[in-house]
Amino acid sequence: MNILKKTIFSVLASLLIIGNVYASDKIKIGTEGAYPPWNSKDASGKLIGFEVELAWSLCRYMGKQCTIVEQDWDGMIPALIMRKFDAIMAGMSITAERQKAISFSQGYADEVASLAVMKGSDLEGMNTPEGVNLTLGGSSVNKALKTLTGALAGKTVCTQTATIHQNFLESGDVGKINLRTYKTQDEVNLDLASGRCDVALAAAVAFTDYAEKSGKPVVLVGPTFSGGAFGNGVGVGIRKDDTELLKAFNKAINQARKNGDISRIATKWFGFDASM
Amino acid sequence: MDIELMVSSFPKLLGATVITLKLLSVSLVIGLFIGLIFAILRLNKNIFINRFAYGYSYIFRGTPLLVQIFIIYFGLGQIEYLRSTVLWVILKEPYWCAIIAFALNTGAYTSEILRSAFQTIKPGLIEAGKSLGISNKIIFYKIQIPIAIRQSLPAYGNEIILMMKGTSLASTVTLMDLTGVAKYIISTTFKPVEVFIVAGGIYLFMTFIIHNAIKYLEKKYSFN
Repeated sequence: MNILKKTIFSVLASLLIIGNVYASDKIKIGTEGAYPPWNSKDASGKLIGFEVELAWSLCRYMGKQCTIVEQDWDGMIPALIMRKFDAIMAGMSITAERQKAISFSQGYADEVASLAVMKGSDLEGMNTPEGVNLTLGGSSVNKALKTLTGALAGKTVCTQTATIHQNFLESGDVGKINLRTYKTQDEVNLDLASGRCDVALAAAVAFTDYAEKSGKPVVLVGPTFSGGAFGNGVGVGIRKDDTELLKAFNKAINQARKNGDISRIATKWFGFDASM
Repeated sequence: MDIELMVSSFPKLLGATVITLKLLSVSLVIGLFIGLIFAILRLNKNIFINRFAYGYSYIFRGTPLLVQIFIIYFGLGQIEYLRSTVLWVILKEPYWCAIIAFALNTGAYTSEILRSAFQTIKPGLIEAGKSLGISNKIIFYKIQIPIAIRQSLPAYGNEIILMMKGTSLASTVTLMDLTGVAKYIISTTFKPVEVFIVAGGIYLFMTFIIHNAIKYLEKKYSFN
């Protein structure tokens, strides 16, 4: 009995100590490290990318000591909730579904999604408008979705798991497709190049970045997508009860935006100003 | 604890268990066949045949199943020449890539299990058969194989259970098996504990069935 008491006591004691660590001025930021140019790793395994640099900048504005840690994409939100880190900066779009589980800061960047195929695919030259905003809707959007439904029917469409892209493909807007989901965008790219995927959906920059680095003939097809299932820009994910940190991040983003830091870092990594 | 989520995800996970069982049974059947052939090759006196069989089991027992499945799925997919051959019809499908990896893996272990079982057969039994004038072929099929199978039952039962758990790696190559669907549910509910507890329970139940089936067979074919 004595041993049981001792064990329970030591478990409780360690929980208290862990709880206290989080009350300090140090925060941990989780990122995926596999979604260039948002976040990725260099040859030596160091985390790099737009969000890594932006995170350092925001931490300076907040006056907090930050560490950036890596986390697989499909466990990102559970890891935040379980306090493995305190904020997510991983190209995570602000969507209603995710907002049920966590809060988001204001958006700091936004970019469009696009379909991609290998050169020579029969999906090239699809007759659709340049951009489709699902929030706006209207007859031209409906027409574009109809064209896509016809073109994608029976095709194997690949995307990363637990993303806005998967949500869109499952929403029924593009009809019945053979959907395949992967743990990372790298794997999507590999299977697009190998021909296992007829077409893939991700952030347009994810494909152009891959085409540039691998030299593979990956081409964007169809319209670019925004709004609706694609969310309202990318923000910092924070636990719902962490209102202080949310305020701090929102303030820091305001300052960084005003000083032109977000624009500058975005232009450096994306090649265009993706800030918002 | 979100009990409601556990209840609502149960039927979805049970549906995915069908894929898990399919992967398991198909790869076990092919693996048993491969294992038997390689066990016999291992007992061959020819050093080249012997070494070849040993090399196969050494490689597949010495590397993680995850690495094997990645090499077969992502690795072979990168070889451009392969994509123009008829092999690509099979390798294009994640399902068959998983089956190939699982079958080769379990085949390697099975060959070792059967080989050691063959070697534990007392020489007296074979000599007794010979002294009765039974041909070598009949001795092999009617004496050696049945005894070897009985000897290897406990070890092979473990291998089935290990393989059953190994099928969870199919989810890494886009297959929606029990683990794949569990991860999918988590990706929309963000509650890993509840969903994995249910999935783990289903795996545990399958282990329970396999374990007892093997125990029953062991008893039935006991020498005593």
